[in-house]
Amino acid sequence: MSMVEVTQVTKKYDGGFEALKGVDLTIEDGEILALLGPNGAGKTTLISIICGLVTPSGGQLRVGGHDVVTDYRETRRLVGLVPQEINLEPFEKVLNTVRFSRGLFGLKRNDALIEDVLRRLSLWDKRDTPIRALSGGMKRRVLIAKALAHEPKVLFLDEPTAGVDVELRRDMWEIVADLKARGTTIILTTHYIEEAEAIADRIGVINRGRILLVEDKQSLMTRLGRKELRISLDAPLGALPPSLDGRGLELQDGGHMLVHRYDSTAERSGIARLMADLAAEGIAVRDVATRQSSLEEIFVNMVHNEEDAA
Amino acid sequence: MNLRGVWAIYHYEMSRFFRTLMQSFLSPVISTSLYFVVFGAAIGSRIDEVEGVSYGAFIVPGLVMLSVITQAIANASFGIYFPKFIGTIYELLSAPVNFLEIVIGYVGAAATKALFIGVVILGTATLFVDLQVEHPVAMVAFLLLTCISFALLGFIIGIWAGNFEQLQLVPLLVVTPLIFLGGSFYSISMLPPVWQTITLFNPVVYLISGFRWAFFGMADVPVGLSLLAIAGFTGLCLAVIWWIFRTGWRLRS
Repeated sequence: MSMVEVTQVTKKYDGGFEALKGVDLTIEDGEILALLGPNGAGKTTLISIICGLVTPSGGQLRVGGHDVVTDYRETRRLVGLVPQEINLEPFEKVLNTVRFSRGLFGLKRNDALIEDVLRRLSLWDKRDTPIRALSGGMKRRVLIAKALAHEPKVLFLDEPTAGVDVELRRDMWEIVADLKARGTTIILTTHYIEEAEAIADRIGVINRGRILLVEDKQSLMTRLGRKELRISLDAPLGALPPSLDGRGLELQDGGHMLVHRYDSTAERSGIARLMADLAAEGIAVRDVATRQSSLEEIFVNMVHNEEDAA
Repeated sequence: MNLRGVWAIYHYEMSRFFRTLMQSFLSPVISTSLYFVVFGAAIGSRIDEVEGVSYGAFIVPGLVMLSVITQAIANASFGIYFPKFIGTIYELLSAPVNFLEIVIGYVGAAATKALFIGVVILGTATLFVDLQVEHPVAMVAFLLLTCISFALLGFIIGIWAGNFEQLQLVPLLVVTPLIFLGGSFYSISMLPPVWQTITLFNPVVYLISGFRWAFFGMADVPVGLSLLAIAGFTGLCLAVIWWIFRTGWRLRS
């Protein structure tokens, strides 16, 4: 079942800037979708429109089958938003601000639920602490607790780990995995590729207000993933012997490393033939390693190709 | 209607008020006492009576209005400006609450705070002067309407303001002079005829006059006109707020 359906959504700001140019996107129930894109790509605008912060210029958006403009009460009850900026009232205590969020969504006070949310986010011990006394990481957790206080079915995380240290980033990924296990649909925007690689089920790439692709993470990496065979040589080669020329091989590291690039999904990788040819040429191999190109490279290539085409 | 949402906003705003209760309470008591000392005792001793009422008692309705109007505007404008300033407004705009519910929450809380201050000032006044209230129901009605209507104005100012300076601009440059020139400390019959006519363009005159009528049964302008003026002012503020939420002006891009 589709939890979020975005159809031909456009957004033109008053200044004339076109942030979204006809976006189509479907998000399935219970999945984690990572929306990747450089700064200014339209990620935050798209999320803001779904959550009600920005009015769309055109198109249709539905959450849980309801229209976000005409049935805004229903859609907003289903949606939780964790904004990019740490927007919190500094003088308020953690518990009060989370209770406020629940009340705002029209729900009856539920202390047990709020305690559970705060415990899961390691905030229970800090419940009576004023927000200004918390560390940056803890403040981000408070934002998540506020977004979860009304038990949303869909959670939007806008750059949840921007500017946080590695340890906290891993904590955040665990929190997201836990939420998914509880059945929450999660959409996160990020420009950290490793984040999308680590936690997403599907990946969407957005640039200049257009969705370039949405695809299952594994198939995307397999489809677009180039592999490299890196062969360490016993003795450095000054140049490639004629029998190995013309196959796209590259010498690196002063002739100590021979690099062979191939498509991992192709019928023949050419590795066996290459190894045989090396042996025939009497080139001794010390070590062999393979490396798959990361999502980051895929992403950078895709964005560059699009920009070149524009 | 999302009544729990309204209550959440109201309760949150009121809890901010109670966190600083001593400031909220002491500040009006001290300033009112100062007004009584300066105007009531020092200047008032040289003025016998105004239309049969001792000068000390005469200025009480004006003093209450002065504080109530100032507090209603200050609380409501800060109440909605602060979330805009620190960015927490996102939560309000992404919650299932409509404009009416947001207004009831914020304006209701600001009006309650202003009412509290008004009652405190009235209480303080009784320590200095003998106070009679001829029309208690009308007095309460005027007080409530003033709290609500100026909290609505404050709400508009809070949404309009782009920085803290602008937040202070309208209260300092427009509202305070209008209150001082609106007959808080004098009857407009004491002014030269030309100024009496000019003064009638000041909307605050109608408020203070009506409120004073509730106390002493005497007014600068007919009480019906006072009620009409405050009802018209409330209606105008509501219309502006309705337009703000309809267009998302300064709230939604």
